[in-house]
Amino acid sequence: MIRPHQRHALRLAALVHRLSGIGLALFLPLHFYVLGMAINGDQALNGLLRWTEHPLLKTVEFGLVLFLALHLFGGLRLLVLEFMPWRPAQKTYAALAAALSVFFALLFLFRAV
Amino acid sequence: MLYLAQRISAMILAPLVLVHLVLIVYAIQGGLDAAEILTRTRGSVIWGTFYGLFVVAVSVHAAIGLRTIGQEWLRLKGGVLDALALSAGLGLLVLGTRAVYAVVAA
Amino acid sequence: MRDNSRQLEVRVWRGDPSGGRHIDYRVPELDNQTVLDVVTWIQRNSDPSLSYRFACRVGMCGSCAMTVNGVPRWTCRTHVRKVAQDSALTVEPLRNLPVIKDLACDMSGFFDKWDRAMGRFHATANRYDAIAAISPDSDRRREADAGIECINCAVCYAACDVVALRTDYLGPAALNRAWTLVNDARDGAQSARLRTVASDAGCHSCHSHQSCSTWCPNELNPTASIAGLKRTSSIAALTGKLSRNAG
Repeated sequence: MIRPHQRHALRLAALVHRLSGIGLALFLPLHFYVLGMAINGDQALNGLLRWTEHPLLKTVEFGLVLFLALHLFGGLRLLVLEFMPWRPAQKTYAALAAALSVFFALLFLFRAV
Repeated sequence: MLYLAQRISAMILAPLVLVHLVLIVYAIQGGLDAAEILTRTRGSVIWGTFYGLFVVAVSVHAAIGLRTIGQEWLRLKGGVLDALALSAGLGLLVLGTRAVYAVVAA
Repeated sequence: MRDNSRQLEVRVWRGDPSGGRHIDYRVPELDNQTVLDVVTWIQRNSDPSLSYRFACRVGMCGSCAMTVNGVPRWTCRTHVRKVAQDSALTVEPLRNLPVIKDLACDMSGFFDKWDRAMGRFHATANRYDAIAAISPDSDRRREADAGIECINCAVCYAACDVVALRTDYLGPAALNRAWTLVNDARDGAQSARLRTVASDAGCHSCHSHQSCSTWCPNELNPTASIAGLKRTSSIAALTGKLSRNAG
């Protein structure tokens, strides 16, 4: 539940960063496991890769790419905030990070279909 | 200090993730094929180092991140909290190293 | 011109440490009134048992801070017209602080954390020494000056998510004060203070939501101050200046 005093842009940015991190952390073991299939030869891996051609899986992949980009660019904003002299335009940077993320994710989507 | 480890692993991950992101967008065109990927990674010292570093950094980063979430949202404390973080980190490290080996070992 | 025919629906939290509930009051709506005016009207005309705090009533002391429609504010500087929704508002005590009664909170925990963050000046000179020559234009003095107008009203403390999630977190006000002292060239406890704030109870737990800066009535920016503490303490840790032997 988001309370009234929490309804401002940077609080949303923080929530997006946290949720994307959780999503990625849950996805990684699966990602590592699938890649590990290559130990058993190319065909083992190929079987799973074919499975990801399904539109539903492609949509999930799009979401994951979006999560990765959001977490990366949001994280870069935080690193700049913490380790460089303060800049007041934090909301602008957050918006920029979000826009860049969507751009990358859409680029993925258009090339994937 | 966990804080410093988190920030340093983040700084290491930033360029690695950017490259990975560009790679994903490049590689996805025409669909994914195991042979296409593996012919590039098998026997490659560069990819081995790149993804080896990636796995170590992400294991540290994700483990500490999950620890914070466990503390703030799940109200875990002490031994349970550290066990969660440690198992997440080790799990990712083991699975990740296996994955890097799988795609790089000639 | 006064318009006494309209009424405000005011929902006020009443209770004590064992619990409480919201009670509705009807208050005459005026063209110009603050939330403090409304609370005062209730106590004088409707229910004298209502407990609340205020002092200067002109936005200088910070005593009247309460939660208005879910947001922490100085009630003496909050015009009803600005916050009322369909002539209704909700007034509650500040979040993250234990309630004494109704709208009055126990601020002692807030001040304890101020102390724990070493928010106190440690003198290195006495009255026989020459006055320290600190240029107001120096970088460090500018940083300190940006944060010293804090009047300990606890609005930032009430707004902070991390304070709500971690009982040991020192909070934006205490850390903001620590930052102003880190930048005070006359202070003699720099190492000790950095060690105190460079911890999970200190600056490391801030997630930079900026709820504090969003709601600070004095327009201070504790997030920026805490970022400064993160920077300074990280550099100190990496250059070996944070250990107890560093002096």
